[in-house]
Formats: sequence, structure tokens, C-alpha cells
Amino acid sequence: MTKEKEDNGVAYWKANLSLLKFCLVIWFFCSYVLGIFLVEPLNNIMLGGYPLGFWFAQQGSIYVFLVLIVFYAIRMGQIDRQFGMEE
Amino acid sequence: MDLHTLTFLVVGFTFAIYIGIAIWARAGSTKDFYIAGGGIKSWQNGMATGADWMSAASFISMAGLIAFKGYDASVYLMGWTGGYVLLAMLLAPYLRKFGKFTVPEFIGDRFYSQGARLTAVGCLITASITYVIGQMKGIGVAFSRFLEVDFTTGLFIGMGIVFIYAVLGGMKGITYTQIAQYVVLIFAYTVPAIFISLNLTGSVLPQIGLGSTMADGSGMFMLDRLNQTVTDLGFASYTIQQGSTMNMFMLTLSLMIGTAGLPHVIVRFFTVPKVSDARSSAGWALFFIALLYTTAPAVGAMARYNITNTIQTGEVGVVENNIQYAERPQWFKNWEKTGLLVFEDKNGDGRIQYYNDKNATFAAKAEAEWGWKGNEMVKIDRDIMVLANPEIAQLPNWVIALVAAGGLAAALSTAAGLLLAISSSISHDLLKSVFMPNISEKNELMAGRIAMSGAIAVAGYLGMNPPGFAAQVVALAFGLAASSIFPALMMGIFYKRSNNAGAVAGMLVGILSTLIYIFLYKGWFFVPGTASLPDNPANWFLGISPGAFGALGALLNFVTNYVVSGMTAPPPEHIQQLVEDIRIPRGAGEATGH
Repeated sequence: MTKEKEDNGVAYWKANLSLLKFCLVIWFFCSYVLGIFLVEPLNNIMLGGYPLGFWFAQQGSIYVFLVLIVFYAIRMGQIDRQFGMEE
Repeated sequence: MDLHTLTFLVVGFTFAIYIGIAIWARAGSTKDFYIAGGGIKSWQNGMATGADWMSAASFISMAGLIAFKGYDASVYLMGWTGGYVLLAMLLAPYLRKFGKFTVPEFIGDRFYSQGARLTAVGCLITASITYVIGQMKGIGVAFSRFLEVDFTTGLFIGMGIVFIYAVLGGMKGITYTQIAQYVVLIFAYTVPAIFISLNLTGSVLPQIGLGSTMADGSGMFMLDRLNQTVTDLGFASYTIQQGSTMNMFMLTLSLMIGTAGLPHVIVRFFTVPKVSDARSSAGWALFFIALLYTTAPAVGAMARYNITNTIQTGEVGVVENNIQYAERPQWFKNWEKTGLLVFEDKNGDGRIQYYNDKNATFAAKAEAEWGWKGNEMVKIDRDIMVLANPEIAQLPNWVIALVAAGGLAAALSTAAGLLLAISSSISHDLLKSVFMPNISEKNELMAGRIAMSGAIAVAGYLGMNPPGFAAQVVALAFGLAASSIFPALMMGIFYKRSNNAGAVAGMLVGILSTLIYIFLYKGWFFVPGTASLPDNPANWFLGISPGAFGALGALLNFVTNYVVSGMTAPPPEHIQQLVEDIRIPRGAGEATGH
């Protein structure tokens, strides 16, 4: 493996890890922070007939999970191509 | 047409489809048998994963749990969906790039150790068998309630159907049947939910209905009305947290990690052609799962409201507002026959009083003012909520027939996925890799089929004679997947320095700590009466329930793996090369068994 190719591999992995970190922070925040830790104060805010904390715990977090996976798949596809790692 | 005939027709029709698919999708090679030939499209795999994942428990039990636990049941909603984020980002693409047939195979190769592979096989078989017992029970229950055949006959019919398509088609047959099963189960779940939401709130979408105002013209929000209805009877408020925050956090985390570590789910991602397909396929899977999981909160809340409102028809304390037992509705009588709904006229007034008699203040008031002598709904099994829902809401018979077919589809699809994970680890990980490395492909395929038949027989036997601990071992399935398999896979991918000693030590520490913690409170090897400590929040370590320990077990596994790997020799050059290789999608070839 040439030096250049090796550097490219390292940069690719770093890009992947920072995208991962970003996604997992949101994953943690929308479920654990909004749905569990802050549920009581958030329940004072209403989203239609839903108390907001309750909504995050039973509806919102699932929607966010779905958006996150789709976002990761698309962004990772771009990163693959940017570093020439695509299949 | 009467309900009985209609149910036979609907269920019979779905079974004919499953068998038709089985004949069309026969497996011709071990690759077909283990990973469906590796050519499944990403949305198809997503749909099959949805059916594989959503078991009799998701279909039948979850809404009942939500109905009676309210906000606290959110742990299951978040826990069983959030795991797909971990799966999509931390495991699936890399394992697909590795390109082999089973999960233990990755662990064995990455940690260059048969010991690690065998440990993984042990965890996989324990977790999967535990899980499959529940599915078999679900099949028996659905048959006996809806088709009025006895439990054992129902179970034999179910086993026969799984036998046909799983033995004949392996993963290939299972995948295409699961796609059909997903369609059946999602219709069966959402159609009644839509009707009920329309009845109560006027919204077509249950997800919106739960947050809307009641359709009775009162202008009150659905959830406010539900809170009022249940608190008026002395029950805890529906939307407010009851359990401890720490335990909710740990349980959600354990369920998420456990979900991502369950081998029968992971192996589904080996069936797609490319790494990028593995990523998008996880998105499709969660999409198809979310259709049911975002509907479930509405089903639970509305079922709770309907059942309470049927018994207590208006303001609490007015005698006429408690229905007379003699005038109870037909569904009430149907479920009384099963013993899952039990009434006992404690104060002898011929009317039904359903309230929370464990709430001392309310119980005292009810007795002094209204002469209530205790809650008379002695038993409302929460598993009946989804199944009885269409009857409670007075929906047409074809909807009830559809729900029966949906429950069976959910149980059959999950059972098949688990049985495949068990049989492939026996024929591929044990037989081919340990005992008969030179076995020909044709013989391995035959061995896979024999192992599958054996697994079906064992699962059927355990379904008929469920061990006393069957209900408790579900915590064990998730605990094992979370504390052993997930950390080993993740360290194998993300920490190049992790070596065989670290992996084996980590897995053992994770499994043993989780097992011991569960046994301490549930009894040693689940033998009744041998528990060392009473199973209640005051005795739990840091308030963590036995079912929520998996996350801590996983943490111990990670730490042990890191420390032991650091103290022992780094993995050989070719293993480090392997890790480099699975991290990049380029060159993801065809999956092979060699």
C-alpha cells in the first residue's frame, strides 16, 4: 500500500467517525434527553393534544431515528465517492 | 358469513400464499440456504427484517403493555426501534463487507479463535431458543382462540407450515415469505387502529388521533380525557412517569443494544448485494417497523379508554354508570371463556366495579361512599388488548379475522428467522468449522435442513411444555445479546488492537455478570424459590431491574476487552489487515462460506 493510499484511507475513516459521532449525539439527545431526562418540564409544553415529553418518548424519537438512518446512508454514500471508496 | 368460517378462510388463504412462495423459492445451494443467495433488494430486506423483528410480542403484547403502563412503556417503543440506529451505523455495513454466512463466523475469524466462535454460538443458541418459545406459544394461542382448535393441534399446524418453507427454502424461502407476512401483519394491525381512531377522534391516522380532540363534541383532548377517566378510578395518570428515571434509562439502553446484537436480525443484512444496500436496508427496516410502532401508542391508549369506558360508562359514584354484569357485551363473554378476563362480584350488587383498590385513599372513599368492596375485574390479561380491540370497538367480522391472520404472521415470521439462526450456527459454525471441515456443499445443505427440522421439533416441544421460567427468560435473551454479542462485534470493527484474549475475556465477563445479576433476583437457573434477594426496586443495585442490566454487562464487556487486549500481544498482521478491509465498502464481493 502506498503512502498516499494509506493517508486517504485514514482520512476516510476519520470522516466516517465524525459523521457517526454527530448522528449518535442526536440519537442520544432525542430519546434519552428529551424522552426521559427532560420529560417532566417538556410535558408543560403541548403539541396539539400531546404533552411534548410524552410525544418524544412515544412518537418523536422513532421519527428522528428513521431520519437519522436515512441521513447517514445518504451522507455516507457521498463520503464513499469523495474518497473513491464506493463499490 | 359467520366469524368462524371467515377466520378459516382468511387464515387459510394466507397459509396458501406462504406455501406457494416456499415451492417457488427453493434453496439450491448453501448460499441460498444461509443468506438467500445474497441478492435481496434493500427494501425487500427491510420489509423481511420488519416481519422477522416484529414478533408475537410486538403484535399482541406491546399495545397491552402500553395500555396499562402509559408513559412508562415508552422504554419498549424507544428501545426496540433505537437499536436500528446502532445496527445501521455500527454493525450492518461492516459485517456485510466481511461477507460470510453467520455472526459467530465473524467473531471466530476476527478474533482468530475457535473459542470465541463457540462462545458466540452458545450465546446465539440460548438467546434464540428463549425467544422462539414465546413465538410457538403465540401460534398456539392464536389458533385456539380464533379457530377454536385446541392448543396442540394449532401448534402442529403452525410447525408444519414453518417446516415446509424453512426446510425447503432456507433463508431464501424465509425472506420471501416474511415479505408476504409483513404485508398481512401491518394490515391487520393498522386497519382496526384506523377504525378506532376514526370512532373516537375523527382522525384517520392513529398517530394524529392520539393527539387530537374527542369526536364527541366535548372539545377535550384524547389524552386529557384518558387521564381523567383513569385517575377518577384511582389509577395513576397515563401520561406521567411512575418508575425511576435511572431504571428507564438503563432499560431503554439495554433494549437498544440488545436489539442491535440479536443474531437473527444481524444476519438479515448479509442477504443484500452491497455495503450501501446494508445501510439503506436498515432505513427501510425501521420505516416498516415504525409503521407499527408509532401506531401502537394509539392502539394502547384507545383500548384502555374503550375498556374502562365500557365498564364505567359515566361519572364515578352514580350507580347506573357501572354496567350490570347480566348486560355485559359479547366480547366480554368470549374472553371470559378463555380465563384471560375474570369478574368477581365482591359486593354482590350485580354491577361491575373496575377501579384501583391498591390506591388506599381512593379505595377507602369508594367503600364509604358507594359501598364498593374491591376491584371486581380480578383479571384483565394485557395480551388480550390487541386481539379484543376490534370486538370492543364493534368492528366488522372480517377485521377480526384479519387480526387473527396478522398475529399468526407475526409469530411465524419471527419463529422462522430464529430457527434459521439456530440451524445455521449448528450446520455451519459447529459441524462445518469444528467437526467436519471437509464436508461437501451438498452435504452441508442437507445438514442445514436436518438441523432446521431438529430446531423446529425442539421449539415445538418447548412451546407445548413451556418451562416455568419461559416468561422470565426474555430478559435473558436481550441481556445476552447486549452483554456478549454486540460489544464483541463493535470492538472487532472499531478497535483494531482488540485481540482474541480480550474478546473472550470480555464476552465471558459480560455474560457472567448479566447472568448472575438476573439469577440473584429471579432464582438460580430460574429454579423457583432460589432467588438470593427479593426482586423489588429497593434491593436492585442502583435501582436497576434485572431486565435492564444488559447495558451494564455490555459496559463491563467493553472495558474488559480493552484492558485485556492492551496487556496481551496485538493481533497478527493479517487480522489488522482484515479490520482495515471491512472498514471500506470497495471490493465487497460475493459472500462466501470459505
